[in-house]
Amino acid sequence: MKPKVAFYWCASCGGCEEAVLDLAEDLLEVTALVDIVFWPVALDFKEKDVEGMPDGSIAIAFINGAIRTSDQQKMARLLRAKSELVVAFGVCAQSGGVPGLANLTDAAGILEEAFGDGVRPEREYRVDGSSVTLPKLFDTVVPLSAVIPVDYYVPGCPPTPKIVAGALTALLDPHPPAKGAVLAPDHALCEECPRRDSRPQELRLERFRRVSETVLDTEKCLLAQGVLCLGAATRAGCEARCIAGNMPCTGCFGPPSRVRDFGGKAIGAIASVLGSNDPDEVERALESIPDPAGTFYRYSLPTSFLERRRMEASNGRGN
Amino acid sequence: MPEEYEPKIVAFFCNWCTYLAADLAGTSRIKYAPNTRVIRVMCSGRVDPQFVLDAFAKGADGVLIGGCHPGDCHYQEGNYKALRRFRLLQRLVSQMGIEPERLRLEWISAAEGDRVRAVIDEMTAQLKALGPARRSHAEAA
Repeated sequence: MKPKVAFYWCASCGGCEEAVLDLAEDLLEVTALVDIVFWPVALDFKEKDVEGMPDGSIAIAFINGAIRTSDQQKMARLLRAKSELVVAFGVCAQSGGVPGLANLTDAAGILEEAFGDGVRPEREYRVDGSSVTLPKLFDTVVPLSAVIPVDYYVPGCPPTPKIVAGALTALLDPHPPAKGAVLAPDHALCEECPRRDSRPQELRLERFRRVSETVLDTEKCLLAQGVLCLGAATRAGCEARCIAGNMPCTGCFGPPSRVRDFGGKAIGAIASVLGSNDPDEVERALESIPDPAGTFYRYSLPTSFLERRRMEASNGRGN
Repeated sequence: MPEEYEPKIVAFFCNWCTYLAADLAGTSRIKYAPNTRVIRVMCSGRVDPQFVLDAFAKGADGVLIGGCHPGDCHYQEGNYKALRRFRLLQRLVSQMGIEPERLRLEWISAAEGDRVRAVIDEMTAQLKALGPARRSHAEAA
């Protein structure tokens, strides 16, 4: 009997689902190896179908997206019970991803921004004697591992085809990697960057420049050209695809294993390449990084040391 | 807030200047607020921003970094590196709702024992006025 697999999405954009579909014809090879028993984006199975399965009967559940609602929390727990292995698929499930930046505010702040004085969504709505409900929106976005034990992590926004194929091969192998592993190389992107040799030994930048205000050389290290590239702090494995498109690394593969806080490490590296020793000049140079939290924790605010903006400081409103 | 709130300050002092200044303060029997836990590092440039964020995450109410005066760094440029990281960290922590007074960088030479007292006493008073740096955690679990 072929092993059963499930795919599920939580707080995500759908890009991780695209990444699976991007396997294209190779997807047929995958379905030759496994039976897909649950995949809301593509197949018509319902929550009650999963509830009806025996515990542990799914070999691998691939869950993408962060956890920010009561419904996502419930589905993650259900799939955990039914699955032998749970894989956090993509950086949102791994460390919060872009949805994790919601931790700079809280549920009330988000609803205020989205709806203002307009019509607010009601959590419960009665119609014809029955009621429909919306899940609760949490104040704090958390990674998948905060609500259920996670066996493996597949990084990326989204994971690249090579990483996905590598992960599948590793997991279906009779000798799978140690539990808790991130299924990608464990060194910094700079080490395998095609522009590595053009990075000078010592950098002394006056300020950072936006890609849109710069004509960029296609061969030279982006950091050396003044573009804020996070390759030095980011795990390799993406084949430097953004760099190939002349765009800087924004850190979607997360950090290598020795780094405990991606943003902290990245700040250490990036502040070091500024050239000035004069406090006023340093301040002027830092003006070119208008949003440090969004820049250095773009994909990992919920797993950072601070996890979120202080609630007491944000506005004291909870839900 | 308890009536006798005592803030906790984690201080990273460099081996060559500020730590010696704290030592001098001790041997000179200078009295200062007992709220600081000093961690000796070889250079203020060794203070990885992760250390600072970890300290706040583990309950520090303030973090103080002490290094040699500009031009006096034992390793030539470590204190300048500390300055650049500190300024960027200041911007980050304010986005995270941590008041700028909770993170401080000071240049204190080995001869300035009394400066250690002044800085620690001042920072302790400021943090007492601010109250604890409590952090809320996720309600999902």
